[in-house]
Amino acid sequence: MQKRVHYNTSYLPYLLVAPQIIITLVFFIWPAMQALYQSFLLEDAFGLSSEFVWFDNFVELYENPNYFDSFIRTAFFSFAVAGLSMGVALFFAALADRVVKGAHGYRTLLIIPYAVAPVLAGTLWLFLFNPTLGIMTYFLDMLGINWNHKLDSSQAMGLVILAAAWKQISYNFLFFVAAMYSIPKSLIEAAAIDGAGPAHRFRTIIFPLISPTTFFLLVVNIIYAFFDTFGIIHAVTAGGPGNSTEILVYKVFNDGFVGLDLGGSAAQSVILMFIVIGLTVVQFKYIERKVEY
Amino acid sequence: MVENRPMTTFISHSVLIIGVALIVFPIWIMLVASSHDALRLTQVPLPLLPGDQFWENIKLLFSSRTFGAPLHLSLLNSLAMAMMISLGKISISVLSAFAIVYFKFRFRMFFFWMIFVTLMLPVEVRILPTYEVVASLGMLDSYLGLSVPLIASATATFMFRQTFLTIPDELMEASRIDGASPMRFFFDVVIPMSRTNIAALFVILFIYGWNQYLWPLLITTDPDMYTVVMSIKQMLESGESEPMWHMIMLTSLFAMLPPVLVVIFMQKIFVKGLTDSEK
Repeated sequence: MQKRVHYNTSYLPYLLVAPQIIITLVFFIWPAMQALYQSFLLEDAFGLSSEFVWFDNFVELYENPNYFDSFIRTAFFSFAVAGLSMGVALFFAALADRVVKGAHGYRTLLIIPYAVAPVLAGTLWLFLFNPTLGIMTYFLDMLGINWNHKLDSSQAMGLVILAAAWKQISYNFLFFVAAMYSIPKSLIEAAAIDGAGPAHRFRTIIFPLISPTTFFLLVVNIIYAFFDTFGIIHAVTAGGPGNSTEILVYKVFNDGFVGLDLGGSAAQSVILMFIVIGLTVVQFKYIERKVEY
Repeated sequence: MVENRPMTTFISHSVLIIGVALIVFPIWIMLVASSHDALRLTQVPLPLLPGDQFWENIKLLFSSRTFGAPLHLSLLNSLAMAMMISLGKISISVLSAFAIVYFKFRFRMFFFWMIFVTLMLPVEVRILPTYEVVASLGMLDSYLGLSVPLIASATATFMFRQTFLTIPDELMEASRIDGASPMRFFFDVVIPMSRTNIAALFVILFIYGWNQYLWPLLITTDPDMYTVVMSIKQMLESGESEPMWHMIMLTSLFAMLPPVLVVIFMQKIFVKGLTDSEK
């Protein structure tokens, strides 16, 4: 889509795009190129000399079982976060769609987690599940469950999934509510006249009609779990115990800034960039299709 | 609602109330913990109801420097960073979207794609090289370093482009016939017509900026430049013994209050902006 008419001045448009283009070049394109270049280098630990090693860093990652594990872990983490937070949000949205009174109040409370920083969300959940003090640990103990995510790796994973999903419920809820609101009321009424109850209507009418939103949210949630959960992991487990909660983004940080393996970290960055590009393409394919409707 | 089923409605409300209570539970516990003294927070089970130490804790928090930077300073740093990121993003995006929509010029599509690419480069995947750029520009430990590298945004540019495309062409033609320059048209017509979008975007970007964590963590070493969100993690780690949970929770409260208030009070505009801009 374009305008029929345009201004014809020589220099003004360049001035207008200049700030954004300069920032993009200096802080986005150039560093990305650097990452690409560094991913082909092998640097010694003191950064004194470096050697061009072609794809060695990538081969090393490919052969490194730790990296492969981190990949699988990230995939599991992302789908668990997306599934949990979308499931809960859909459930709330379906209920909120039914009630007329108080819907605004529920929404106000449900959007709060959106505004909470990931690292704060992590801190709150860490406090709840603190192995010695936490109130949830206390309740779990009464149920006979011994909670210590500092030692038990599956409990650690469970806790970061919970904290990450909690934060994303608001976002999913708002989109589900908007999607349900846009379904024509006449469809619902027709089904009700034909004798379909609320649950039946949800299954056969509402859920299929909001499936584009569901798909869109799935992509957004996976991107979120991949990249925006750094703060949660950093606060709750710092990747541990062992490497059991070290997802890919955390590993880039850990290997680069803590382990000082610049080439390996850069190679990981490059792989992550390709993942983002893939996800973005999927997301935009979907948007294009949606525009045609 | 289609049919009247009092029982189903009742159940819906009950389940919603329980569900919302569960979602808000971590925040409730934060409020409770910040109103008790240090001693009470070492005794299991922890309290579920607020205590009476809230004001005492606030006084203690603001008077001490033992937790890194003084709180008011880190709140100020967070505010500066959030405002610079949100206003910066809005200004450069609105300008570049205006150029791309209303002008025909060489490399227009090239610039457009260049901006689009930034969508695919979140700061998390280019941290090391971006850090090096910022360091070589001497922008470590400064407000500029905290905000400028996060300012370029494809999403905001797209959203403004979308908005501008819905402004009728006749308005531009009319303003041209009346002899208005492009910039006059921009300030008198385009900006006022995108007011709602600008406000909605501001809410989203303010939260984004305020909640930044990894970036400030890397580029600030001077405690006087720490943001409040960062300082939480410092407090968690500072312990040789158990962390001071009442102070951590109180700081968390201050760290989440501004974005939470913004989202609650600008709720209507925020919800509209969120569901419109990302779809």
